[in-house]
Amino acid sequence: METYLADRQNTHVEPQATRSPRIRVLLGILGLSVWVLVYQHLAEAAHWLTYTVMGLAFGSHLAAATEFFLFEVPKVLLLLVLVVFGVGVIRSFFTPERTRAMLAGRRESVGNVLAALLGVVTPFCSCSAVPLFIGFVTAGVPLGVTFSFLIAAPLVNEVALVLLWGLFGWKVAALYLGTGLAIAMVAGWIIGRLKLERWVEPWVYAVQGGPTVETGAITWGDRGQAGVDAVREIVGKVWPYVILGIAVGAGIHGWVPEGFLASFMGKDAWWSVPAAVLLGVPMYANAAGIIPIVQALLEKGAALGTVLAFMMAVIGLSLPEAVILRKVLTMRLILVFFGVVAVGIVIVGYVFNLVIPTGVIHP
Amino acid sequence: MKQIKILGSGCAKCKRLAEYAELAAKELGQPYELAKITDITQIMGFSVMSTPALVIDGQVKSVGKSLSVAEIKVLLA
Repeated sequence: METYLADRQNTHVEPQATRSPRIRVLLGILGLSVWVLVYQHLAEAAHWLTYTVMGLAFGSHLAAATEFFLFEVPKVLLLLVLVVFGVGVIRSFFTPERTRAMLAGRRESVGNVLAALLGVVTPFCSCSAVPLFIGFVTAGVPLGVTFSFLIAAPLVNEVALVLLWGLFGWKVAALYLGTGLAIAMVAGWIIGRLKLERWVEPWVYAVQGGPTVETGAITWGDRGQAGVDAVREIVGKVWPYVILGIAVGAGIHGWVPEGFLASFMGKDAWWSVPAAVLLGVPMYANAAGIIPIVQALLEKGAALGTVLAFMMAVIGLSLPEAVILRKVLTMRLILVFFGVVAVGIVIVGYVFNLVIPTGVIHP
Repeated sequence: MKQIKILGSGCAKCKRLAEYAELAAKELGQPYELAKITDITQIMGFSVMSTPALVIDGQVKSVGKSLSVAEIKVLLA
């Protein structure tokens, strides 16, 4: 990370382009070996630092919280660097233009399914939500299909997916991926069925686009660079939230008694799922920061469905996104959009709580 | 005279791209005119779906990326 940050301040020299491809591949292999080596010894290092170096009393709240923090921070950051790099490379195969071309004129249903899947892999930033929305609907992508894309893009978050995999195993990750996609497909399909085109700001359909931009050919070197850029940009931005999230998680881990949350975040509290979603929608945090909290909540007896619903509401629906979309959507349409997705998340929460027996997931 | 346009709604990346484009043109000693386009209708006129985008002499050169000064120099040359 250090070197990438240094490059950014020093853009006059060309740091990457002068290195030959072979050296870059070697650097990559070296980096990966160091990564694996460090990752395998994190637990011991955290234990050693907590009890030997700092001399904290075994079994105390502070020691439990400290060890958790010292183990999780490097672990999550390491996972994040690897995942974000991989996603950066994968995304270099997709562009919004290509995705739009694939979706334009598609029938609904098939279109909703495809849009939700493409929403996961197409590079998307909520700051570009407005031009993307206009670009889609004016090119003949049906409104409901456009929504499937717009719902899936933030909701199914690659960082969340891999962190869930790393912390809870592939089953939880697969459940999150499957249900996130299902919400995007069904919610988009419902919005399409409701025929709400009249609730899009009228000027949107009058916008005239020029011819599609042609982008040049991309080499594998460019794709690798795209991965590095993604790491620089995303990890460079989210690391403070990750540390903050883990600090909160460590506090819960150390001080909140075992099973404490079972009474009001457990599966017997029927109202906990809608309450978690209502609480989560106005909150906005990125996936990397929310996962350590999710882990700590689960550990203390919160039900998986309730916690996942909370997480989806936090990362999938946010007030800043609503404000940005208000430029192209009427308030009524934004309310329908948030309402449909929130109901979907609540249903997913209940289904999880029904299907997953207590105690199956050990964080 | 190069006509440089930065398309974007004013996010952090857009500002950085504008800054770097100016730097690149100055370092090349290239006379230029820089305009920041924030109006969404005008942005859509270039068929751009991810911002920031860099337009030089009416041609879209890059979309959705904040380029380095070195990369912009290549596009300006």
